[in-house]
Amino acid sequence: MELFLSTLINGLSLGGIYAMIALGYTMVYGIAKMLNFAHGDVIMVGGYIIYVFMALKNPWLAILMAIIGCVLLGITIEKLAYKPLRGASPLAVLITAIGVSYLLQSLAQIIFGSANKMVTVYEFGSVTIFGVHMQVSALVTLGVTVVVMIALTMFIKYTRIGRAMIAVSEDKGAAQLMGINVNGIITITFAIGSALAALAGLFYLLKAPSISSTLGAMPGIKAFTAAVIGGIGSIPGAMLGGILLGMVECISYKITAIAPYTDAIEFSILIIILLVRPTGFLGKKRREKV
Amino acid sequence: MAEYILETKGLGISFGGLKAAQDVNVRIKKNQIYGLIGPNGAGKTTIFNLLTGVYKPTTGTFYLDGEELKGLSQDKINHKGIARTFQNIRLFNNMTVVRNVMVGLHNQPEYNCTVFETLLRLPRHFKVEKAMRERAKELLRIFDLEQERNNLACNLPYGKQRKLEIARALATNPKLLLLDEPAAGMNPHETEDLVKTIRFIRDNFDMTILLIEHDMKFVAGLCDEITVLNFGTVLAEGDTKTALNDPEVIKAYIGG
Amino acid sequence: MLKKFNLGHYINYIVIGIITIVLAVITFSGGRIDSSTLFLLEKIAISIILAVSLSLVVGFLGELSLGHAGFMCVGAYIGGKVAALLEPMLGNGVLTFVIALLVGGGIAAICGIIISIPALRLRGDYLAIVTLAFGEIVKSLFQNTSDETFGGALGLDTPRFDKKYLFIVAFVLVLITLAVVQNFIRSKHGRAVTAIRDNEIAARASGINVTKYKLLAFTLSATFAGIAGVLYSFSNYTVQSAKFGYNYSIEILVMVVLGGMGNINGAIIAATLITFLNTKLATVLTGDLAVLQNLLYALILIVIVIYNNAPALKSFRERFNLGVLWRKLARHKSDPSVITDDAAKWDVVPTKIEMNEVLSIDVVPPEMKDNTGNGGDV
Repeated sequence: MELFLSTLINGLSLGGIYAMIALGYTMVYGIAKMLNFAHGDVIMVGGYIIYVFMALKNPWLAILMAIIGCVLLGITIEKLAYKPLRGASPLAVLITAIGVSYLLQSLAQIIFGSANKMVTVYEFGSVTIFGVHMQVSALVTLGVTVVVMIALTMFIKYTRIGRAMIAVSEDKGAAQLMGINVNGIITITFAIGSALAALAGLFYLLKAPSISSTLGAMPGIKAFTAAVIGGIGSIPGAMLGGILLGMVECISYKITAIAPYTDAIEFSILIIILLVRPTGFLGKKRREKV
Repeated sequence: MAEYILETKGLGISFGGLKAAQDVNVRIKKNQIYGLIGPNGAGKTTIFNLLTGVYKPTTGTFYLDGEELKGLSQDKINHKGIARTFQNIRLFNNMTVVRNVMVGLHNQPEYNCTVFETLLRLPRHFKVEKAMRERAKELLRIFDLEQERNNLACNLPYGKQRKLEIARALATNPKLLLLDEPAAGMNPHETEDLVKTIRFIRDNFDMTILLIEHDMKFVAGLCDEITVLNFGTVLAEGDTKTALNDPEVIKAYIGG
Repeated sequence: MLKKFNLGHYINYIVIGIITIVLAVITFSGGRIDSSTLFLLEKIAISIILAVSLSLVVGFLGELSLGHAGFMCVGAYIGGKVAALLEPMLGNGVLTFVIALLVGGGIAAICGIIISIPALRLRGDYLAIVTLAFGEIVKSLFQNTSDETFGGALGLDTPRFDKKYLFIVAFVLVLITLAVVQNFIRSKHGRAVTAIRDNEIAARASGINVTKYKLLAFTLSATFAGIAGVLYSFSNYTVQSAKFGYNYSIEILVMVVLGGMGNINGAIIAATLITFLNTKLATVLTGDLAVLQNLLYALILIVIVIYNNAPALKSFRERFNLGVLWRKLARHKSDPSVITDDAAKWDVVPTKIEMNEVLSIDVVPPEMKDNTGNGGDV
């Protein structure tokens, strides 16, 4: 029972991180209609920014700088690499995104070296609730993710920019005709997605205080799985998918027989979901017009 | 030989709650030029998509030359003898003009050649390639595109792209040719030219043609019979003049 | 049947053939090629096979496969294992090699068929992710095998083919790969594949069996990746699954992109160049500097793809592309059929579901509206 509960909490906390990344993916995919392969690496950059500013021993400053840095990075990537390719084939955009991902990783490695850097943002310690020992950071992660998800949903529903985002995601051409600045909206989307990535970077550091240039790559791809499971473009879907994936990963790690196959299991789930229900649990079906 | 080349019986489809087309009955005789008209969103292209297998009908069925084709895949339906063009031109843009037509010839039995034969470069491969190229050139000549045969399709001017699309459809050797707004975007001169071409196809290819068009002069001058659709249902049908003068039709067009 | 001999069609066979023969003659006549050069030659051959086979899917079918190294991994493990089993009976001669090649390629082909099941239902980003997932699954499965079967995390020890002659076999395999892929592309079947790339909906409407051709392209591509894997297992002492991850798949993709997507000769040159650079750089760039290589890949992907695809650079590209330069330099008698009509030489990048195409459906240019004869919006 105790094992079950602690696995549950771990799963929820890891799921929270995945959900946070998946939110960024789902926003960008839903609105710019592109798979931003570099999203996972923005997380890594966020982590390094925190590492750098933690030299000043002020976690809040470090987090703020990470968010600002990631937002600027996201906007720059969008302007320099993706915007020139708007209207080009999706294949070209996808390959460029992979290139950007590689670029960030190798730059990080050049700047910070290949050895892991250690940084402790804040010692939350642990608590025991109902006889279950758990990390406070896990609860914080989960809590912040839920708050962000709700805030994002409200933002999209109730603000002008949010509604413009929905319009752009439905039909870029029509949105443009309605006077919406499509490029501006896409830039804002990237900015929000990158801010979320910075938070995800923070969560990673709270979970394990070590960072390397490949920190974001695999979680990024897995979080895309989460976004797909939940239904790409759907905010609650990203949350649901992230939590599910986190649970699967934690449970799989706990079972010795299948633990080494955890990655394989997660990717198999991805393939199966894409085959059986490519729109995910909460996604909408899209039909190509003929 | 069935009485009708195309016969639809209660054909309909709904997307969610929206009935995009319902209870559409169309009968087209051989060698007819048949028009499908109606206001925007009347379900004309939906009918084309049903007839070519892009959508599966939720109700009803359709027959080509007496054979039921409902439920077949798009390529199978093409093999059975329905070819089409698209409202928004869909060419193989990065391929040359002649190759576009050769893709249309792909399934003709006389150009049959297995993957094995092409990989080993057996004589059959060369024979088939040569024959296909010749046939494609012939078709291009009819549409006055032979000069441009080695240009990339995307580099053709608009009117020629439309013609190429028709040539590619004809290459599949259909019994019924579906043209989705063939005159869209053409100037009066090109439209006139198109009328001649369509008649030429009917006469020389022994073809039956079903077309969607907004240009009423074009329809009145070309079509033997028409069906008028509105909100997915048939508003009027029959001989072109009578159907166009039907009060219901006039009301639908002018609004009221 | 007398056909006009088209040098452009055969130039790559001729060049590779001549190089192979020259090197073979040197080796057989007792000349010495040092073992690191031999190893480099083998690596180049493997890279060419990988790049050409990936080009079939990326350049001609227009789908992104991020799991090409996964197929290679299957070939390497299965081929290596088969050879290890056969060695006591047949020795490590040609027979063992050929059987290993057939089995390794065959199993990779089966994986290709398996991966084309999602390929039939998905495309674009989703398919890319599925292929990536496939590669990672394969890697993980081989990594966690028991020590007796595939060597587990330590890797599988493979028997060694006579090092001196392996590169000749490798280049013969390159020629076979080229022959199959190019003959396929330059045929009605290859035309069907490129038609699917350019416009899947129109291809279906033209009677092309999209299922069949996607399956065929993926399977052919996987088969040759598997063959490259078998070759790898013979060229190296051990096969370790960690090598065949996402990063390796990207490296192959870089070769295809650098060569110009859908350009086989380009892929060959790029594969040679990158493999050569890799090997040379590996000796220069040690430790943390090794990452510069990844930086180079990243820049190649970004710069080349943007240059080749950005709509804003279209007119610039038309004025300054290699084809135009070549014709100017060589004062080539401009015979358009030679230049544009070779299926293996498109370096135009596939346009599948272009966003603007989807958008253009409902947005009618103004001049069309005047033509409806019904006062506008009918």
